[in-house]
Amino acid sequence: MSSRFRVSLLVLGAAALTLTACDREEHHSRAKPVGETVPAGMSPPTIFPGSSNPPALDYRAKLYDNNANAIARGQQLYTQMNCVGCHSHGGGGMGPPLMDDQWRYGGRIDQIATTITEGRPNGMPSWRGKLTEDQIWQLAAYVRSLSGLPSKDAVSSRSESMSAGTPQSLTPHPETNNSDAVPQ
Amino acid sequence: MRRVATALTAIGILGAAGVLLSCNKNPTAPKSTPQTYAQIPGAPHALPPPSASPPDDGNWVMPGKDYASTRFSALKQVTPANVGKLALAFTFSTATQTGFEAPPLVVNGTMYIITPFPNYLYALDLTKPGAPAKWTFKPKPAAAAQGVACCDVVNRGAVYDAGKIFFNTLDGQTFAIDANSGQMVWRTQLGDIQKGETITMAPLVAGGKVLFGNSGGEMGVRGWIAALDEGSGKIAWKAYNTGPDKDVLIGPDFHPFYASDRGADLGVKSWPPNAWQIGGGNVWGWISYDPELHMIYYGTGNPGPWNPDQRPGDNKWTTGVFARDLDTGKARWFYQTTPHDLFDHDDINEIILADIPWGNGRRPVMLRPARDGFFYVIDRRSGQVLSATPYGYVNAYKGVDLRTGRPVPNKEKDPKVGRVVRDICPASPGLKDWNPSAFSPITGLVYIPHNNLCMDFGAAEANYISGTPYVGSDVKMYAGPGGNRGAFTAWDPVNRRKVWEIKEDLPVWSPALATAGGLVFYGTMDGWFKAVDARTGKLLWQFKAGSGIIGQPISYRGPDGRQYIAVIAGVGGWAGAVVSAQMDTRDPTGALGFANAMKDLPTKTTAGGMLYVFTLPR
Repeated sequence: MSSRFRVSLLVLGAAALTLTACDREEHHSRAKPVGETVPAGMSPPTIFPGSSNPPALDYRAKLYDNNANAIARGQQLYTQMNCVGCHSHGGGGMGPPLMDDQWRYGGRIDQIATTITEGRPNGMPSWRGKLTEDQIWQLAAYVRSLSGLPSKDAVSSRSESMSAGTPQSLTPHPETNNSDAVPQ
Repeated sequence: MRRVATALTAIGILGAAGVLLSCNKNPTAPKSTPQTYAQIPGAPHALPPPSASPPDDGNWVMPGKDYASTRFSALKQVTPANVGKLALAFTFSTATQTGFEAPPLVVNGTMYIITPFPNYLYALDLTKPGAPAKWTFKPKPAAAAQGVACCDVVNRGAVYDAGKIFFNTLDGQTFAIDANSGQMVWRTQLGDIQKGETITMAPLVAGGKVLFGNSGGEMGVRGWIAALDEGSGKIAWKAYNTGPDKDVLIGPDFHPFYASDRGADLGVKSWPPNAWQIGGGNVWGWISYDPELHMIYYGTGNPGPWNPDQRPGDNKWTTGVFARDLDTGKARWFYQTTPHDLFDHDDINEIILADIPWGNGRRPVMLRPARDGFFYVIDRRSGQVLSATPYGYVNAYKGVDLRTGRPVPNKEKDPKVGRVVRDICPASPGLKDWNPSAFSPITGLVYIPHNNLCMDFGAAEANYISGTPYVGSDVKMYAGPGGNRGAFTAWDPVNRRKVWEIKEDLPVWSPALATAGGLVFYGTMDGWFKAVDARTGKLLWQFKAGSGIIGQPISYRGPDGRQYIAVIAGVGGWAGAVVSAQMDTRDPTGALGFANAMKDLPTKTTAGGMLYVFTLPR
């Protein structure tokens, strides 16, 4: 065994370790196909009579939430689809802020995806038919990341905003006391 | 020649004194008042045209007070000598949490209040103790309209005429309500929220027509002004502010003063192909009317998108003033304040009609403290700019060339895609935004509530998707030179100079009121309602309201014959969205960059609409 081959093995091993240690970079380009619908009408946090638990998290959530690739793609869409015009870079304006710990219609990624798909009655437009389901999940992953709920290592360390923004990885997020915003 | 001028001055001073003495019927007004006004330097001064500013009957029937938009009350029981005793008479909660920009109206013992979305109309009975509500009209506008209103869900006022109250709703409807019964007479919908169109402005009613335009300059909405028949609500005429001449109602009667506004279909040719269809030029500010010339005047909003690289050309007929025939809507002249606007410097600010001393007579002009930082004096017959003088700090332009009417550009501040230009003054809301000045015919001064803000501007490619924002810029605003974010300035329009100035920590987003008693009133965003001496600017009285004040103060004569001062508090609007929309101030670009300048506002005030009415104790 040549020494060069040994070094290569070491590098490969280290790379494999890194990959298995963390799925934030996971990219499901050839993953098992998932149903091409976003969760229809996933309700905001509310009372579920006759049971104590809200519906289980949509099984597709784990493919997008806390995933650097999905968040990065969502970040591009956020500007391209003019989300930034209403919600700014998370601080809000015409639309509510997204970087705080308040979620009018729920902060779970499947709830956010439903909000983007269906719109909401006080002015959130419906993007059904304008974006693919995959894009809606990516956008939802980015929107959720603005609030600081996913871990810092998945979010972008550069700002999309030219003039003024702080990179997401450097934005401080104080611990939330909002019962509706618990990490999923 | 000098002797003639001296004689004229003397006549002017005597005339002004005569006017003052003749209306000094109230025994409680101190006798010292008239002499002091005549000592204002620069008299003879500007006066409103009598046809557009009739004698005060003690009511307040339209936001501007009169067609000349003076916001001046001839009532004079409250004076610098006694204003210190001004006390609360009654209050009324408007049940709103958003920015309250509208004034109350007062008509023969009833007060009318139009709220921001959901645009309730309240009628209060001023003849009874505590002014109880007579009725409430709820127009129930579409809730989704809130999502396409660029800068809070405000309404800038209702108007009374001939037994009816007229107002617009956020979702693009116009209502006529019977002023006695509170029943709807008619409603007409011209705005379409699916395109991003809203209506926030107060209508003007003149010559049997209800005039108003659309908002949506940040949504790629094509601007227009329309006239509805006052009796039926049917559309009388509608004129667009971009596009072919036939849409803009430009014909043989159109005679702009400057050459660059002459030519066929400039509303198409001064844009890239089809860009005029989504080019803004909205009408969301104020309309004035000259009954003698039979012309209405209004300003047009910014071109869209903000990113100027996407719309090479002059972008007619955005960011300018139109004069139109009241009956037909046909354009008579146009002056473009900032061709190819670079900084969102909408030109929708108030248009005060005045006649200023000129040669041996008077010249009919309009007075305009504009968003771009210049105080314009424009001949209202022709559209010729007579003077344009900065009334605060301006570095975005190097001046105004009076031969062409165009601002002299400062190339250093020219935004380009992919770079950030810093320290542009004034910022997007301008040296002054929508909130109107007051004009006192007694002092001849214009009282300007305004900003002192600069900005960093990063232009980026905007993507047009109907019903969503079409802006293309990242903006971050901050205080201008001196560190004060606002100011209240008394301006002499004849001698083109500042007479006095009050520096305010926060932007002054409330309109102003001037009274014949010698006072000027305005509010601050942290909730102080202030009365200052009209001559000196000295603070004489102040009251702390429950929320920041961006509403228009008025003065009226109550059924008991006493003078009242009224204002509605309720922070919000573009400047106050940080509070009313509960924004997160960690993002400096929030509210199109205003958030950065207003980070401390949530610590200084809270939301909530409330009417406050003051009078002197018996």
